[in-house]
This record gives sequence, C-alpha cells and structure tokens, in this order.
Amino acid sequence: MSEIFNVLLLQNTLRTATPVVLAALGCLMTQHVNITNIGIDGMMLIGAFFAVLGSYYCGSWAAGLAFAIVFGVILGLLYYVLVIRFHSDEFIIGVALNIFAGGLTTFLLRTIFQVKGSFSDPRIAPLPTIVIPGLKDIPVLGHLLSGNTLLVYVSWLLVPLCWYLIYKTPWGFHLRASGEYPDALEASGRSPERMKLSASVLCGVLSCMAGAHLSLGYLTMFSENMSASRGYVAFACVIFGRGNPPVVFLAALLFGFIEALGLRLQKYVPSDLTGMAPYLVTVLMMVAVVLWEQKKKGKVAKG
Amino acid sequence: MEKKEIVRFSHVTKRYPGTLANDDVSLSVQRGEVFALVGENGAGKSTLMNLLYGMQPVTMGEIFIDGEKIGPQHCPEKAMEMGVSMVHQHFKLVPSFTVAQNILLGHEPKKKLSYDFQAVRDAVRKLSETYGLYVNPDDVTGELSVGLQQRVEILKALRTGAKVLILDEPTAVLTPQETDDLFRVIRRIVEEQGMTVILITHRLPEVMQVSDRVGVMKRGRLVKVMETAQTSEREIASLMVGRDVIFDELRQQHELGEEKLRVEELCALNDRMLPALRQVSLSVHAGEIVGVCGVEGNGQTELAECIMGMRPQTGGRVLLCGEDVSRKTPGEIRSRGVSFIPEDRMTTGVDGKASVAENLLVGKQHRPEFSLLGGLHLRRHRVKQYAAEQAEKFDIRMASVDDPVSSLSGGNMQKVVIAREFSFDSPVLVISQPTRGVDIGAIEFIHERIMQKRNEGCAILLISADLDELFRLSDRLVTLYEGQITGSFQTEAITREEIGYYMTGGGKDELAENAAKEEMRHG
Repeated sequence: MSEIFNVLLLQNTLRTATPVVLAALGCLMTQHVNITNIGIDGMMLIGAFFAVLGSYYCGSWAAGLAFAIVFGVILGLLYYVLVIRFHSDEFIIGVALNIFAGGLTTFLLRTIFQVKGSFSDPRIAPLPTIVIPGLKDIPVLGHLLSGNTLLVYVSWLLVPLCWYLIYKTPWGFHLRASGEYPDALEASGRSPERMKLSASVLCGVLSCMAGAHLSLGYLTMFSENMSASRGYVAFACVIFGRGNPPVVFLAALLFGFIEALGLRLQKYVPSDLTGMAPYLVTVLMMVAVVLWEQKKKGKVAKG
Repeated sequence: MEKKEIVRFSHVTKRYPGTLANDDVSLSVQRGEVFALVGENGAGKSTLMNLLYGMQPVTMGEIFIDGEKIGPQHCPEKAMEMGVSMVHQHFKLVPSFTVAQNILLGHEPKKKLSYDFQAVRDAVRKLSETYGLYVNPDDVTGELSVGLQQRVEILKALRTGAKVLILDEPTAVLTPQETDDLFRVIRRIVEEQGMTVILITHRLPEVMQVSDRVGVMKRGRLVKVMETAQTSEREIASLMVGRDVIFDELRQQHELGEEKLRVEELCALNDRMLPALRQVSLSVHAGEIVGVCGVEGNGQTELAECIMGMRPQTGGRVLLCGEDVSRKTPGEIRSRGVSFIPEDRMTTGVDGKASVAENLLVGKQHRPEFSLLGGLHLRRHRVKQYAAEQAEKFDIRMASVDDPVSSLSGGNMQKVVIAREFSFDSPVLVISQPTRGVDIGAIEFIHERIMQKRNEGCAILLISADLDELFRLSDRLVTLYEGQITGSFQTEAITREEIGYYMTGGGKDELAENAAKEEMRHG
C-alpha cells in the first residue's frame, strides 16, 4: 500500500491537476459571460505546441511561455470574433477549434520538426523548478509545496486572484452581469460585448498557459493530442464548481488525484482501465451536480 | 411653483421602413406633472418616448429637453445626462445581484480596486430615503415580487438625478395593490420632488386615477391633449379608436342547448406539486358562456390545462359530450371538438419564430387542401391564400403573412390565436385571458367574436382576470378560490362587489351549506 499512497502520489496530484486548473480558470471566465466554451481543449493543444516551438528555437522557457500566451490572445480574439461578433454557434465553433487544433499541431509537428507522434529534444528548455528555501525542509509538506515548476505556483496564485476579480471588483460585477442579463449592463451604459471579449481573451491565455505547462512543465516534449481531453475535464470542473474558482480548483485537484492514482495502479490493473478512471470520475461528478440541484429545487418547492 | 415646460416635441416625425410611426407630433410636457400618453398598441406612443430617450433617431423635427435641443448623437446616456430616465416594460435587472448592486451597476463606487460593498449599500439607502421608495439594499433581486423589482428599476432610473421619468406600461405586470403603491409613489415624487412623470399606458381607469393631463395618440398622430379632470374614460376611449366605443349589450337571449362540457370533482397539482384544484365541478351547455372568476393563481391555469389534457389529474374526470376524456392527450381532445385559447400567447399560443401563415395553419396542415400526401408536401400558395383570408377576416394587421408572429403587436398576435382556434368550428371552446395586454379596439373585436360563437351554439368556458370582461360576456359566473369553486351565479343576479367577496374566499363557509341545498334540490 505504501508503494501507492505516499507523498509522491500527492506531488503527482498537484502536477497533473495544474493544467486542468489553469484551463478551468480560463473556461470559467467564459462561463461567467454565458459562453459555453468547449474549445479549451484545442486551445491547450495549440498552447502546448507553440510553447515547445518557442522554447526550442529561442532556447529559453520564457520565450516558450510568451509564445503560448501570444497564441492564447490570438485564439481568444478568434473565438470572440466567431462566436460573439458573427453569432456562430459556440458549440460548433468549440468543436471545430478542437479538431482544427489537432490537425494544425500534427501538421506543424511534421513539417517543422520532421517527426511523427512526438517531439522531444535537449534544446527544449523546460519551465524552471522553484525551490522555496524555508519550506523544503518541512517533512511531508516540503515535498508538496516546494520544488514545483513555475506554472504550478502561478496557478495557485491565480485561483484567489480570479475569485477576487470575479466577486470583489466592479469588473467582476460587469462580467457576471454580461453573462446573466446583458441588457441590464447595456442599460447602464457599459458594453456586454467588451466583457465577453475580455473573458474570451483571458480564456485563451489561460488555456494556452495550461498547454505550456503540459509541454514544458509536466513533460518536456510535444506529442500529438497531448491535451488528452483535459480541456473537457476542465469544463466539467467549472460546471461542478459553478464557476467559483476555489471550488473549481478542488474539483481539478480531485481529477489530478484520480489520474495520479491511476498511473500508480498500472502495475496491478491494465492501464486501459486506469486511464478511464479520471473520465469516469468526471461523469460521476456531473451526476452529483444534477442530483444536488434537484435536491435544492425540491427543498424550494417544499418550503 | 411656476409651471414651466420641460420637454417639447416640435413637429416630430419618425419613419421606419414601410411605416410612419410618428407623424408630425408637437407636444409640450410641463415640469411637475403626470402626463399620461395613451393610445392603442402600435399608435406610436412608445416610439415617441424612445425618441426622447435616445433609443431611436428622429427622422424629422426637433425635441427639446429643458430648453436644450437634442443632438443627432442622442443616446440613452445623453438623455440621462439631460435628466430624462426611462423604466421599460421589461426590467433590466440581474437576478442574482442584490438590489443595491443592481441599482449601481455600471457606476460602482470603488475602494482602491475593490468593489465597495458598503458604499453601494449606503448610496442606495440614501437614494431610497430621498424618494421615499423603500427597498432593502441587500435583498436578492430575483427573489423579489414584480412590484418590488419595478421599484428597484425606478430607483435605478432616479439614481442619476432625473427630472423626467418615463414609465412604459408600468402596470401591465402588477397586481391591483402593487398598482396602487406605484401610483402613490408617482404622486409623491411629483409633489415632493417636483419630478415630471410621463406614463405610457392603455388602461384608462389608471389615467383617470393618476394623471394631470392626458395625450391621446392614434396611428402615429397626437390626436388631442386634455386636462384629465375635464375629460372622461369614454371620451378618451373614443378618441383612441377614432369612433365611439359602445360597450353595449352583446348578448342575445336564446335557449340553452345540451350539456357539452362537464367537469366532475376534478383534482390536480400545480407545478410545485401542491394541490391546485380541489374537487372542482362545473358544466357548460351549448350556447352558454361560463365565466371563471378568481384572483390569479387560484387554479385557473390548472383548470384549463386539465381540461385540455395538458396536465395530469389526480382525481375526478372531464366529460366531453358525455365521453370521459380524462386520460386523453391534447391531440385526442382537440380532435373531439375542443378549441383552446391559452392564457399566455407568447409561450403556448403561437410559435413566435414561425410566420403568421404557419401559425394560422397549425392543426390543418394535414388537410388535403393544404398539403399533398398527408402533410409531406405543403401547398404554400394555398396556405398563404388561406392566411390572407383569415387575416382579413380577423383584421390582423401586419406587413406580410410571411413575417414572424413575434413581430406583431400583442393584440394582433392574439387575433392570430383566435382566428386559428375559431376556424376549427369546434362545439366547445376553452378561452383563457382572451384580451390580456390587448388594446381597446381589439378587445371590442374579440368580444364580438366570442359572443358570435356563443350565439352560434358553442359551449364556452371563459377564464379571465378581467371582471368587466366576465360580466360582459358570461351567462353564468363561477368563482374559484384556492382551487375550489366558492360560488356559482347567474350573471344578472350578482354584483361585482359580491363576486369580489367570493373570489377572496368569503363564500367558503356557505359552500357546504349550498352543497347541501343543491343535494336536496336534486335528490
């Protein structure tokens, strides 16, 4: 048992959860402006690829991250233009984006790097690992809190920051109003579209950062379809947490835990089965949300 | 205080493609008065106010606010700056925000970067005291009654220090009590704050009750402006429709036919799974209109839905010409000769996105004159021709039968529903709120059609929240209170005051007594 349940498991949990956390933070921005964005998976994949590209050619992780963020902005703008400006169906655009991302990254991988499947090279500079001097000597916690890659800490900072932005600033009120009742915001002389633009761009940036963490933090390589539907899981986490960052964070941690556990169980159970586990949990989480809502509704009716 | 003009329209014309919405309107509104703007739907009163509020540009003419001419770039924000605010019929409030958060949406005080919750609360409290409009700033808006939500909307409009407040059909969604409250508020802000209120409405009793002056619009023109004290409902009504509306006796005496619709001890639950109908029994004969009176929410909706097979019953039965249809589907019930005019035309009466022609056709699309191969191929020409005939017959005003029904005014939309339902020539009609939100001219027309159906020998169950309508049309009246029938009367044998007593549960104690008497008489 101790081979499975040890500190490393928790450490892996944090590592696997981070891309989901980042993507979910992006997704919840669009969720708050009432856009159902299922295209985050594709955004992640594109972010992952360009992070590797930037890092490989410039030899610096910062360039890789910058590349990912720039493409995040571009994707966010593109999504905004298609969905809000041209009033295309958000669902179709999301699916299209995912398929497009798969094709684009595979194509670029083969033409630029001349490889199939995956690309790894010593010249790809990974994200730095940050050791926090005071913390690293604490027995169990030290392993968890210290020695993670940069974006893990960034994601931890972003969770309270997003919460603050959404619930405690005028910007957050405008954001939520533009999703819940855009007419109200418009009547007050603010543009709901502009809020949707901000949300869309933030979503792109955060999703691409999630991708960068996958390819430069979690692993140091790019492989085809490496987002592995984590974007959908992030979406599920957002629904589960009703767009509230701390709750979404916990949901993402749960997902990370199951995935990390699955990896460790591969010694004993066929890996096809363990690979299913995170997605199975996702489905169960959604069922829980529905049951929970029904119960709440029932209470209202009785009261 | 010296009476001074605050808003002036000078030869204002507004043209939309194909229609002239406002035609050379000149009007002056004085500071500190309640000015009622009345007219039928589509008469151009809302358009005129939208011009003032900057929602639409003026085609020709000039508008002055407090002596200042509005520019070509006039917009709601500018209008607010110049002291004009508008409360729309549909509230623009975020349901999950608190009252205070809604009122200050877009103009939040900040503490450094943060939203200053306390300052928002205080500002709203102060605003609420200034105008004597009491709200709890911390209430969640979506959980408030419609009347309170409207109050929030009014406070929002007053926040910018408005001098002129435009209210667009403010009472359409209110209960009588809420309406009284609103009028008290209006009088107070006018008398104490020197505000000017422009009230768009088509409810004449309210005009008489609250306004100082009244302007009547008809087909885009301002027909007449009068001192309210020197006119009467009758005069206003005749100016609105351009002829004397004779609210005369429509009924012809005739013998009742056989019993067509019979409801026996019907029980049903409402959407919240609480009892909505408790052993309701009634019957309707051929050539008779039975009116169901009651304060809304006392089971009227459920009664109509149960009869039409749209809601499961938990007890009792519905008989149609002697046949038990309790377990039948709406389609089966309709095919046995029942037509239904639902209370909410937007959700149940029409398909808003479908065209006028399609909405008129529904239910007949399989008939060989409209389609080939039993509905596989629609004969568009026939359908259009038929729709045009119906539109002519029922005076449905629209640009084309291909237009979506949702582009029609409320009255015309209702006429589409009535035209369709009446065209089946069903012997039984269930009619719910036939003239809700419909203007006077159309009400008259609809009433005549309903009466005509009765005189032709239809059995009609009429459910309405409008007592005048019920008294005017019904042969018999039953009162519904908390899902129970509390009384049944010949229309001539009862007054409105007495009916009110039964509608509010007054007759409940006598119910048992009456039932016993009935028993004796029949038994």
